[in-house]
Amino acid sequence: MWLNQFLILGALLFCIGVYGVLARRNGVMVLMSIELILNSVNINLVAFGAFNGTPVGQVFALFVIAVAAAEVGVGLAIVLLIYRNRTSIDLDAADLLKG
Amino acid sequence: MVAQNIFFGIIAFVMVVAALRVVTTKNIVHAALYLVIVLAGVAAQFILTGAEFVGVTQILVYIGAVVVLFLFGIMLTRARIGREVEVDNEKRWLAGLVALVLFAVMSFALVDAFEDSRIESVSGGTPQLTSEVSDAIFKDYLIPFEAASFLLLAALIGAIVVARRE
Amino acid sequence: MLAAEAVEAVQVTAENVGWFLRNAWIFPAIPALSFLLIILFGKRLPKKGAEIGITALSVVFACALVAGAQWISHVNAADAAHGTTTEEHGGHHGSEKSLGSLGRGVAAAAEGKDAKHAGAEPVETIWGENWWTIGGIEFSVGTLVDGMAVMMLFVVGLISLLVHVFSTDYVHGDVRYTHYFAFLSLFTASMLLLVLANNLVMFITAWELVGVCSFALIGHWWEEKKNSDAALKAFLTNRVGDMGLLVGMIALFFTAGGGKTFGILDINRAVVGGTVSQTALTVAALCLIAAVMSKSGQFFLHTWLPDAMAGPTPVSALIHAATMVVAGVYMVGRLYPVFFQGLDVAGSSFNVLALVGGLTTLVGGSLAFVQRDIKKVLAYSTVSQLGYMVMALGVGAWTAAMFHLFTHAFFKACLFLGSGSVSHACNHSFDMKYDMGGLRKYMPKTHATFLVGTLALAGLPLLSGFWSKDEILAGTGGLGLSTGANGTYHVMLIMGLATGGMTAAYMTRCYWLTFMGEWRGANSPNAHHGHGGHGGHDDHGHDAHAAHGHDDHGHDSHGHDAHDAHDAHGGLPHESGTRITTPLLILAVMAFLATFTNIPGKFSSYLGIPESWTLRFEHYVEPRADYFPKISHAEFSPALAVLSMVIAAVCAGAAIAYYRKVQSIDPLATEIADGPTTRIPLARAAYRVLENKFYLDHLYTGIIAGATKGPLARATDRFNQQVLDGVVNGAASVSRVAAGGLYTYVDQQVVDGVVNASGAGASEAGGVLRKLQTGRIQAYAGLMFAAAAVLAGIFVLVI
Repeated sequence: MWLNQFLILGALLFCIGVYGVLARRNGVMVLMSIELILNSVNINLVAFGAFNGTPVGQVFALFVIAVAAAEVGVGLAIVLLIYRNRTSIDLDAADLLKG
Repeated sequence: MVAQNIFFGIIAFVMVVAALRVVTTKNIVHAALYLVIVLAGVAAQFILTGAEFVGVTQILVYIGAVVVLFLFGIMLTRARIGREVEVDNEKRWLAGLVALVLFAVMSFALVDAFEDSRIESVSGGTPQLTSEVSDAIFKDYLIPFEAASFLLLAALIGAIVVARRE
Repeated sequence: MLAAEAVEAVQVTAENVGWFLRNAWIFPAIPALSFLLIILFGKRLPKKGAEIGITALSVVFACALVAGAQWISHVNAADAAHGTTTEEHGGHHGSEKSLGSLGRGVAAAAEGKDAKHAGAEPVETIWGENWWTIGGIEFSVGTLVDGMAVMMLFVVGLISLLVHVFSTDYVHGDVRYTHYFAFLSLFTASMLLLVLANNLVMFITAWELVGVCSFALIGHWWEEKKNSDAALKAFLTNRVGDMGLLVGMIALFFTAGGGKTFGILDINRAVVGGTVSQTALTVAALCLIAAVMSKSGQFFLHTWLPDAMAGPTPVSALIHAATMVVAGVYMVGRLYPVFFQGLDVAGSSFNVLALVGGLTTLVGGSLAFVQRDIKKVLAYSTVSQLGYMVMALGVGAWTAAMFHLFTHAFFKACLFLGSGSVSHACNHSFDMKYDMGGLRKYMPKTHATFLVGTLALAGLPLLSGFWSKDEILAGTGGLGLSTGANGTYHVMLIMGLATGGMTAAYMTRCYWLTFMGEWRGANSPNAHHGHGGHGGHDDHGHDAHAAHGHDDHGHDSHGHDAHDAHDAHGGLPHESGTRITTPLLILAVMAFLATFTNIPGKFSSYLGIPESWTLRFEHYVEPRADYFPKISHAEFSPALAVLSMVIAAVCAGAAIAYYRKVQSIDPLATEIADGPTTRIPLARAAYRVLENKFYLDHLYTGIIAGATKGPLARATDRFNQQVLDGVVNGAASVSRVAAGGLYTYVDQQVVDGVVNASGAGASEAGGVLRKLQTGRIQAYAGLMFAAAAVLAGIFVLVI
């Protein structure tokens, strides 16, 4: 197996995730896209770990999974809060930063 | 080796298609289900590279917990179950452009840097044992491990504080 | 590896190094313990926790004195061991004998405090333990004690102790009295930790802790919005620079530290050893300059410092004049090889660090002129003096910078505490024009000490400020007026001289408005109308209101002015109590005595002062080991000294003449009604620009922050339209005012055309920028990813 087949798969997932983050209006869907991005990073970590013959890649993949779990928890809480305050999770409507 | 590559190709193809569906489908529940396919595919790739512990964790944490969380999120925000008209914003072509450029840059850099190096070339193809991973976590990376546990605690409390009703 | 070295160093020096130098960890530990005790038990104690703080600081200060003495003997022993000199040893004892009294003993210790020795073996002592290990990289915790650190221990210990004592009276009866003392202790602990840190991780930790304490203390009276705003502004502005700090330190870790160590000494040694690439050093130095700019109030991130005057005055003295703001300067001094080599200081005539310092010193000096709030004058003066220090570091005059840091700490703390004493007497107002004047009759002690501080700052010979300023000017090596400097920084010398003149003038103004003439407090609009007081001040600086809050009667609930409410109602000013005047006296004495720590060699030969008395500061403070670059020292230049003296005297004289004239017209006046700023449009425009602080705040809050900031949706929108347009209109109208002055000389159409074009240009630019701010996070994220893709593409293709 080539290293690059994993890395490019990771890159592809990452870019699909970026597209989702940028294009989706629904808060929950944006969070799903973020999961795609995090998973693409994990693929890279594990592939590099196998390539270099070190367990460190897997260690950090595990840390990323832990962080991702925390991220989903807090992220969904925020989406819920937005929903409660605005009865909508349309991110286009949440433009309080407008200049 | 050939068998591994074939399986890699099949899984990768399924993953990419599912990932594309995650970001394009108009049905939010379908998006969550497609996400399950991608996550399972990632777990399968982990196992292909010999990282079986991470693969199992991936299934437990992501498919077992995170996706369930998403489904709860969908339910609690009362998003319409079924097709929605306006799930994408009108700047979607711009997002696609950004993603394409990003992919072009990354794949060029990767091909440029690693060319045809093989995963087995350095490690000799011996997979990392789970015991080695646990040794690394609880010896070299004990502090980050503790920090991660602290982070989870903070996220737990934070999520409660943010989401509870006054 | 680091730990091994530490152990080795201790073994080598254990026999001739004092206990306090080897166990310097007690310095931060004592105030940290005091913080915990005050927080936990303070409220139940008879003095509400102040006694714990004062006791802890007394112990720290005493220990610092002993450490200073031990350091001196340590350096002397190292000298003796290398046969460099025996005279110095004798000289040291001589000075100690001659300075017998308590205050003078302090000075003697101060002299000794710092040092490092040339030629001798490295005499710094480090103590280090492994703190944690991640993936084979050790993060150690430990102390690094050398001359510079010992000098800072003394400064921080002394000033913090005096501020504690001062505060017991000044914030007496405050609602958060205990909290206040707890944070003073925590601040002292953080600062001492920063001073003693032996590795970058500890340094960053302490750096941030200092910032947090500053935030808490600036916002001490957070009930008022502008105080909490000021605290936020300080914190956020510092965050900008902290990014630079992190990136710079990480760059150093991977280049100079070889990806293995954060140890400051290891990094410095690697840099001095020349094993680190020049590009990496330059990048690291530039990133770290950003940190210096925010922490040490350098142009153009200085705007938080004057606003930070919203905190209690003793805090301003401790944090925003004497200690915390010099953290940036200290960091440059600590990692000096990085800057010295990264910026090619030697043999050059220009570099970024010197430029930043030079600009800051000018900007601070000019802004100090238009302030009517005495604390703001001092705040801008601090900005200006910090600029001096940074400039000195930029031109290679390391010792001069540290010496200025040392002397400035005393006289600036003296001035700040003096202003606190003055406002204590004047209804807690800081407004020089309405509430002060003639105070020399009422407050003789405050007046005398303030005068000493003013003269030291203005650069009167024999007071410490003169010597340190002169050393910096000589260190620029500009215009061929001094010899032995590292480079030829002509521009910096001119900037320094100009600022010297401005300093003399604005301090004269400040002194005159406060202490000379007649007391104006009885007629003060502040005293009569309370809130309405701001109404008619058309010459009010944008935030000159900042200090007014506390004199409104409605704020008596702060308690700090409740106890003298009887004289808040029109009584004459009165001298403050001994707990306020004693620290002032000590600081004034120190402002004088600090002179003797670094008498220039050439100068003293005129007066027959023994050589062993000269340049003690340089001798004991400057590192001479292999972790410090070889810098050369400028000689004392009589011509330059006379020149700077004349400039200062002329400017001070002009200011005095102006105010004498003012008072000959009306004893209560503070300015000539029809002065140049009202008669000459150009002068008025310049005044307005200064008054608006070069419009930097408008740029930050109106354009940058206003366009990006969060939760105040509609408010922000409106704010943006008004402020943004206001800036554009303001810029246009200022140009128009200036143009009006030139009307008779220059073709009206040309001027108008330029004005309109610039106004229209600014307006258009603002409009375009605003369109980017759609408020949608995804748009921002899209821009971010696009920018990342482009940057990554550039890196991949080019590098």
